[in-house]
Amino acid sequence: MIVAIGLLAVAVGTVVFHFWSPWWWTPIASNWGYIDDTIILTFWITGVVFIAVVLFMAYCVWRFKYKPEARSLYKPEDHKVEWWLTGLTTVGVAGMLIPGLFVWNQFITVPDDATEVEVFAQQWSWSYRLPGKDGKLGTSNVRLINDDNPFGVDPKDANGQDDVLIDGEDLHLPLNKPVKVLLRSIDVLHDFYVPEFRAKMDMVPGAVTYFWVEPTRAGTFDVLCFELCGVGHHAMRSQVVVESDAAYGTWLAQQTTFKQAAAAAKAKKPLAATVNGVDGVKNLVLRERSTVTAKMESVR
Amino acid sequence: MADVGADIGYVPPAEVEEMELYHAHSFITKYVFSQDAKVIAIQYSLTAIAIGLVGLVLSWMMRLQLGFPESFDFIDPADYYQFITMHGMIMVVYLLTALFLGGFGNYLIPLMVGARDMVFPYVNMLSYWIFLVAVLVLVSSFFVEGGPTGAGWTLYPPQAILSGTPGSGGGIVLMLISLSLFIIGFTMGGLNYVTTVLQARTRGLTLMRMPLTIWGIFTATVLALLAFPALLVGSIMMTLDSLLGTSFFMPSIVNQGELLNHDGGSPILFQHLFWFFGHPEVYIVALPAFGIVSDLLSVHARRHIFGYRMMVWAIVIIGALSFIVWAHHMYVSGMNPYFGFFFATTTLIIAVPTALKVYNWTLTLWKANIQLTVPMLFALAFIVTFVNGGITGLFLGNVVVDVPLSDTMFVVAHFHMVMGVAPLLVIFGAIYHWYPLMTGRMWHKGMALFHFWVTFVGAYTIFLPIHYLGFLGVPRRYFEMGETTFIPESAQTLNAFITVVVLFVGFAQIVFFYNMIRSMTKGEKAGHNPWKATSLEWQTPEVPPGHGNFGPDLPLVYRWAYDFGVPGVKDDFVPQNIHPDKVVKA
Repeated sequence: MIVAIGLLAVAVGTVVFHFWSPWWWTPIASNWGYIDDTIILTFWITGVVFIAVVLFMAYCVWRFKYKPEARSLYKPEDHKVEWWLTGLTTVGVAGMLIPGLFVWNQFITVPDDATEVEVFAQQWSWSYRLPGKDGKLGTSNVRLINDDNPFGVDPKDANGQDDVLIDGEDLHLPLNKPVKVLLRSIDVLHDFYVPEFRAKMDMVPGAVTYFWVEPTRAGTFDVLCFELCGVGHHAMRSQVVVESDAAYGTWLAQQTTFKQAAAAAKAKKPLAATVNGVDGVKNLVLRERSTVTAKMESVR
Repeated sequence: MADVGADIGYVPPAEVEEMELYHAHSFITKYVFSQDAKVIAIQYSLTAIAIGLVGLVLSWMMRLQLGFPESFDFIDPADYYQFITMHGMIMVVYLLTALFLGGFGNYLIPLMVGARDMVFPYVNMLSYWIFLVAVLVLVSSFFVEGGPTGAGWTLYPPQAILSGTPGSGGGIVLMLISLSLFIIGFTMGGLNYVTTVLQARTRGLTLMRMPLTIWGIFTATVLALLAFPALLVGSIMMTLDSLLGTSFFMPSIVNQGELLNHDGGSPILFQHLFWFFGHPEVYIVALPAFGIVSDLLSVHARRHIFGYRMMVWAIVIIGALSFIVWAHHMYVSGMNPYFGFFFATTTLIIAVPTALKVYNWTLTLWKANIQLTVPMLFALAFIVTFVNGGITGLFLGNVVVDVPLSDTMFVVAHFHMVMGVAPLLVIFGAIYHWYPLMTGRMWHKGMALFHFWVTFVGAYTIFLPIHYLGFLGVPRRYFEMGETTFIPESAQTLNAFITVVVLFVGFAQIVFFYNMIRSMTKGEKAGHNPWKATSLEWQTPEVPPGHGNFGPDLPLVYRWAYDFGVPGVKDDFVPQNIHPDKVVKA
């Protein structure tokens, strides 16, 4: 009896916790509402199975409790039951998989009108590069990275001259415009994630990865690193500001292009911040930066 | 010609009785360098549990940090990442794999298939000693400069061997060496388990009469023999990258402002190798648990397992499918996104045979005669936690749903429920079930019940809410959350609550250990076959079974292992080795 009640309590408690828990996903701020819908669908299908299994067990434990004189039913197989269960499970699984694959197809199909933005990661800071007026990002190479060229943009590439460099500052994005987010890391794996966007992808040194997103809600959102990247992983933060076209244009006009930065470097005017090492990080560092830096030293 | 051998009397005669072959002749060969699978099993188990306790303490340390950030000066970020890394690797490989296969595999395979021992006892002995060295190498990494690796248990390069990660010098190399040793040692044991099951079954024990415990351990061992080599080559390649400066996994990198002398390597290649091992590894842990729990349910519910043949084929199919789902761990790794379609499909297909196993376990309870013994309680709790952890796998396996959830606490909650809590509940159930056989004594029931309820309810209370932190967007592997715009204060309160429960459940395990140690001398005599089980390990002439297991004559098998409640029979069970003429009619 106690065991049956215990199992019942687990089933009821789980349902109650699910509906009353104050911890749930953040209000969405992108076009990926389909992902949330797929999760809800999965919740219903799997939730029903979980509750059914636990309640069935509770019933059996209560109903078929041991009696010395009793004998269990001897019926090793029941093909009808087994095939029905196989069929129903297959239907349930397909019911989750097929919508999921449709949404995945959307996720990996970048719309033609998406503008490119490069997210540039290194231990433990975020920087950004926008394509400038020509709409094209210049080629880049880690071997070209130095104090004067922190992004490693190829100075011989005409496309790169007007690239806008956001060095350790927040990223701004215009509202309701699809963006192809190109992801680049120069040291280890990182992962660019804004929880309100629902979309993420790892950044892999030696390759450029991507995802696309259309911000649908104005506001300022946290950027977090979602792939373990060393002792400063938890402190690798930035913010994304989603705003109207007008506000975005104003902000964009104030940013530095690669050409300007290169000229400034030539004139020995240091940039406001360099992205080298642990300098130039205007992140929301939680513990004093020096702690991480000191640890870095001791780790080395 | 009869006295030709007279002058070499120190050589034992060629013809001895069969049992004499299995005698150990000294204390050292009996208890230390033993070739008896049962002793090796105990050695494997105790070593695995000892290192598992280290893993448990590491989890307390990380929970202290998560529950009460900025309260403990002795935990800095590097320590924290080292705790999570070592906790993960210890629990998955050195505790669960070693305990299920090295521990339960060694103890149960020869006994349950009616063999006198493993077919290669000497190699079996070496397997344990190499495992012990692997554990010692792993432990030594705590004491080298820089400490153990803090790269996460997945050891992803380039991070694992670069200076921004704790233990990127000696720590990671010792980890890779330890893993390599583990794999070498495991291969020696694993070939034994497979060959013994295939070659040394007693007469009458066809494959389709084998207890599901053996099917689970056997299939898991086959998986391990095929999967571990991928980790071995990955480990060797990363060791070379680290020590010799090769570039298997290392592209051009600017590390802390300095251009490294690597070029052209692929970090994602390592992930493929790791998960080609890592996903079957989940089933290496799960399949023995599936098998064992089937037998616990059947014996204590006094009913045959429902759908035995389907259960066998489900184990085999799950094992085979587990080799073509690995990249579902890599949906957001940056691999070719079109792989997502394939791996999501295979991953969700594997849910079908897995779900059927769950149905058959619960249908075994239908019209059964259920004895709510402690092993039975653990088996029931396994089903609850396994189903819970399994369905969250359907979230993560469905590629697009994984996108927001990957690397959140949802993943942590999922894999702890499905391959932490669920298999551990089976391990506890199995220990309570076979303890009377291993020691000849019964444990204290009150303490065992206390241990069950605290462990089951506690573990469920710990991991259920963690899923919801994941939905919220709380990342895994974070030393502390600090300031965010989206995480409410209540999440920190929840973390503190979870930490308190973790510490309580952790310390409550003392009751289990006390019960086990105390009952070895003070427990009631268990007697012969106290659970009235049908399988061969309970039919030995001695309890605990002696060397050679079965006395002068090996048992003959006449039926499957699940003849409970056979109509027209007096007792509610018929052991596998009872001759049909000797079965007492009702």
